[in-house]
Amino acid sequence: MSSLLSIKNMSVNFDTPRGSLEAVRGVDIEIPAGMSVGVVGESGSGKTVMCRAAMGLLQGSTVNRTGTVIFDGHELTAMSKEQVRELFGSGMAMIFQDPLTALNPVRRIGVQVAEGLRIRLGMSKSDAMVRSKELLELVRIPNAAAVLKSFPYQLSGGMRQRVMIAIAIACNPKLLFADEPTTALDVTVQAQILQLLRELREDLKMSMVLVTHDLGVVAGNTDYVAVMYAGEIVEYAPTTKLFADMRMPYTEALLDSIPRVDHKSGTRLSVIAGRLPDPTHRPAGCGFAPRCKYAQEKCTTDHPELKADPDGHIYRCWFPIGGAL
Amino acid sequence: MAGSGTAHMRNTVDSVLTVRDLTVEFRVAKDKIVKAVSGLSFDVVRGETLAIVGESGCGKTTLARAILQLPPPNSGEVVFDGTDLTLLPKENLRSARTSMQMIFQDPISSLNPRMTVHQLLDEPLEIWDRGTRAERDERINKLLFSVGLEPDLVLNRRSYEFSGGQCQRISIARALALDPRMLICDEPVSALDVSIQAQILNLLLSMKETFGLTMLFISHDLAVVKAISTRVMVMYLGKICEVAPPDVLYSQPAHHYTRALLNSVPIPDPTKQIRTELLQGEPPSPMNPPSGCRFRTRCAGASALCSEQEPQLREVSSGQFVACHHPIV
Repeated sequence: MSSLLSIKNMSVNFDTPRGSLEAVRGVDIEIPAGMSVGVVGESGSGKTVMCRAAMGLLQGSTVNRTGTVIFDGHELTAMSKEQVRELFGSGMAMIFQDPLTALNPVRRIGVQVAEGLRIRLGMSKSDAMVRSKELLELVRIPNAAAVLKSFPYQLSGGMRQRVMIAIAIACNPKLLFADEPTTALDVTVQAQILQLLRELREDLKMSMVLVTHDLGVVAGNTDYVAVMYAGEIVEYAPTTKLFADMRMPYTEALLDSIPRVDHKSGTRLSVIAGRLPDPTHRPAGCGFAPRCKYAQEKCTTDHPELKADPDGHIYRCWFPIGGAL
Repeated sequence: MAGSGTAHMRNTVDSVLTVRDLTVEFRVAKDKIVKAVSGLSFDVVRGETLAIVGESGCGKTTLARAILQLPPPNSGEVVFDGTDLTLLPKENLRSARTSMQMIFQDPISSLNPRMTVHQLLDEPLEIWDRGTRAERDERINKLLFSVGLEPDLVLNRRSYEFSGGQCQRISIARALALDPRMLICDEPVSALDVSIQAQILNLLLSMKETFGLTMLFISHDLAVVKAISTRVMVMYLGKICEVAPPDVLYSQPAHHYTRALLNSVPIPDPTKQIRTELLQGEPPSPMNPPSGCRFRTRCAGASALCSEQEPQLREVSSGQFVACHHPIV
């Protein structure tokens, strides 16, 4: 299977007054064309930084990105800012967690949806408006004509996220980055938005990177999952494989710590003791070792390399669950 | 009588809190009134954890605040420990509140950043004159230990030096300082990461046992509610839809809204994905709620009766009460 996006040995460091903060550390990942890949981890694990760095959205003198990012045959890391920007909209697009701050509060919805159409596809003002209305209908916004003329504050959170999705898919991107797209929404609205994304992906043959902290969202909406911890990908496998046969102790601990509607009530949750390691002083060994119930001496001294099972299941652990294959 | 019925009220001597016909309305413009909570009744008995669950805007936070008279409700009774708080003069209300403490959603902004942990915990004890300086210090140390913090390491630090999970532990210690009988938790774990969320939920469960607390637990997260509650009340647009013990509610919901809510919770297991008909649209405005049953506009099972008559709570199985004309059997 060809990969649409491939990230090779990418690291992202931020210069801070406390020293260099290593947000993403030697990430390798392939996003296969037409697939949905979940990126899951806790706050501070580097999932958002990884996506933004891959798109080249992190800039400034305090950001140091190393490694290679290849998208659809273009080596993004060797291109200028302007050249990368040409790919936004028709190549890659992104939707963010908080649709209210992502939308411009003083411009009407119609103008914001039409903007990409006019710039990328060179549409006339009136054609772009007609297409914008169609796009709003495509993301199932009722009364699209009226919404075109509204301002973001007049819409509910769910409607705003639908507008963001309409903007993102306006120029038929090949890859959609969705960064916690439903975290700010109620469960019933979340279910609607996730269903919409599933349908749009199928209709438009679009690949998706879905960033989330919610393993439930990952389970029902992705083909592959990457689990991140302390800036690294610690496990990567097809979604069904990962849930059925997880190899990385962190993934297991994360899954055990979440309350579930399909478990009996009143059951005590397992707890992951301790906290994420300080990103300015990464430990020598495995980042999860101090919190891991399977940790041995080697884990605190030697940094584990990525290992792959014969079936392609990737993990970063000296003593994986189920032993070495 | 307005409201969603009273069949689920137990009226026992064991009731710590009894709310009757509580209504909270806010005037937002000359003739626009937000009906946040409309004629709600329920009771909480000793040792129980009643969870109130519902989407944003259903009135759950307003309800919690109205119980504490922050602000007082427009009408209705809030009987706590035998006294109706709505009738109490200001000074008596202040002392009544000592036995009813609240924990808020955002642990960092609910602690004063200018105060040290010692000052934060000492403040309630000093105001209510609980013991001498030495006795208070001992009490503070005990409280910090019980919430899993090392007093020597935290006493002289301020809230911004702590993580969200640690701040929530401090908030819990502060809420327990005056030995309350009841704890009202408003989305106490929503702002926390999953691994920290589990720590705080377990802490609340053990605090409840150690201090013999009765809890009101407000959350939008059905999975969290299932883990911690002994009774669950589902709210929609300021009314009660269903009240039941968690295991019953989750395995055989009787209200169409409860079922829709449960079906939209993502389950972290790719082999257990349910793809049923989703709830369409969003809740109507609380300024102009639908007649009859407030959920009827989004309900698959609605009939003409639902727009004409408001359903009253009735028992459909042991301990399970539902306000619906056509409950799911």
